[in-house]
Amino acid sequence: MVTPDDALTAAAANATAPAAAAARPSPRPSVEAVWEALGAVPDPEIPVVSVVELGIVRDVEWDDAAPHAIVVRVTPTYSGCPATELIIHGIRDALAALGVAELRLEIRLSPPWTTEWITPDARIKLREFGIAPPAGDGAPMAVARVDVTGISPLRRMSVVVPCPRCDSRKTTLLSQFGSTACKAQYRCDDCLEPFDYFKPH
Amino acid sequence: MGAGIDTAVDTATDAEMDNERRLFDYLLRLGDSPLVLAQRLGEWVGKGPIIEEDLALTNVGLDLIGQARLWLSFAGEVEARYAGKRRDEDQLAFLRDSGEFRNLLLVEQPNGNYGDTTARQFLFDAWHLLVLRALADSADPRVAEIAVKGAKEVAYHVERSGDWIIRLGDGTDESHAKMQAAIDGLWMYTGEMFRADATELALVDAGVAADVRALEAPWRQTVEALLAEATIAVPASGFMQGGRGRGGKQGVHTEHLGHLLAEMQFLPRAYPGARW
Repeated sequence: MVTPDDALTAAAANATAPAAAAARPSPRPSVEAVWEALGAVPDPEIPVVSVVELGIVRDVEWDDAAPHAIVVRVTPTYSGCPATELIIHGIRDALAALGVAELRLEIRLSPPWTTEWITPDARIKLREFGIAPPAGDGAPMAVARVDVTGISPLRRMSVVVPCPRCDSRKTTLLSQFGSTACKAQYRCDDCLEPFDYFKPH
Repeated sequence: MGAGIDTAVDTATDAEMDNERRLFDYLLRLGDSPLVLAQRLGEWVGKGPIIEEDLALTNVGLDLIGQARLWLSFAGEVEARYAGKRRDEDQLAFLRDSGEFRNLLLVEQPNGNYGDTTARQFLFDAWHLLVLRALADSADPRVAEIAVKGAKEVAYHVERSGDWIIRLGDGTDESHAKMQAAIDGLWMYTGEMFRADATELALVDAGVAADVRALEAPWRQTVEALLAEATIAVPASGFMQGGRGRGGKQGVHTEHLGHLLAEMQFLPRAYPGARW
């Protein structure tokens, strides 16, 4: 929503810095445009999906107190994910390219990131990339999923993780950790290819 | 009259300061154990018995470092509230000496063979998950949100380490013997995990800290059930290190921590302010 004050501020900015304004698409892109730009920021580890599709970007809004500052709230995936800093750089670069003068990036831990936030489109992209998307990450299961009294839930829950290459449902867990903390390693017992599984979280 | 009022105000402030000091200490306890364990796991990088395990240990270590950063950053903020100095996560991790570390004795024990590393991991993971889940109800919202996030990660840690206890314990004669020896050797470091000192009890009363005394029964239940599946005997000896309230949480460590810190802290101490 553009208020008269915003319009005045924008006009003033244009008046005082015409060259800068011409170089940028807009001194104040819409929230929708910002979401769109963030939708083009890839996850550094899995570049086929964006940080928006992974559910890392939670919220975008203009700061009413500062006319040229936008607030982007992000929720990191895993505490130690080495991609987090790169993701933040990616977000900064994308918004700078859009002409955003001032970005306030807020890290929000709660509610904690969950694979339930991964969009349906992204799940298809993951599979096409060779990573089995999370299975059984519906809300009630995610809470009760891993219990210290049932030590091997991935096995004992008998979640079927279909092979992303041949769709076989005969697959075996090799290791609870794959190339990154968010993935487990599986092997397809039909096509014999090893593959990554994006663990429900 | 006036003096009486002043005293009352001062007492209230002192009590608040004491609570902040305790919280700082407690946050170090929460952060130092994952930090020190992650450093130990880092020693395995490139030397894991199989590549899957090399990756797994590294990823578990990364999770733990991430959690340690969250706890230590918060500790630095709390310290600034009462001490007027602000140490960030790096200063707390790299510029404290062993006597100022508050990690459990268990996690500083050397890697040993793969059975030793796995046993250390499982005994800790099972405790860690219980503590983080209990902290989900902490009266301090920041403590709660860090714990909730960490618990999701640790659930996978305990799953993995538990699986390996079974595979190695119920494996060959040699792997069984090594796993039994590993559990026997580390058992005496598990006692302090369930002992709360005055610092912790005050925070339990305030609803901030987890009451570890209540976690011993569920921990034993889990560990004993898993060891049974792994055909490993639960050690009979009840002797525990740190028994008189002088253990890792109070800064009284085994000889191993100093050596670990010498390696971990060398670079920032030799090159103060070095940037990556």
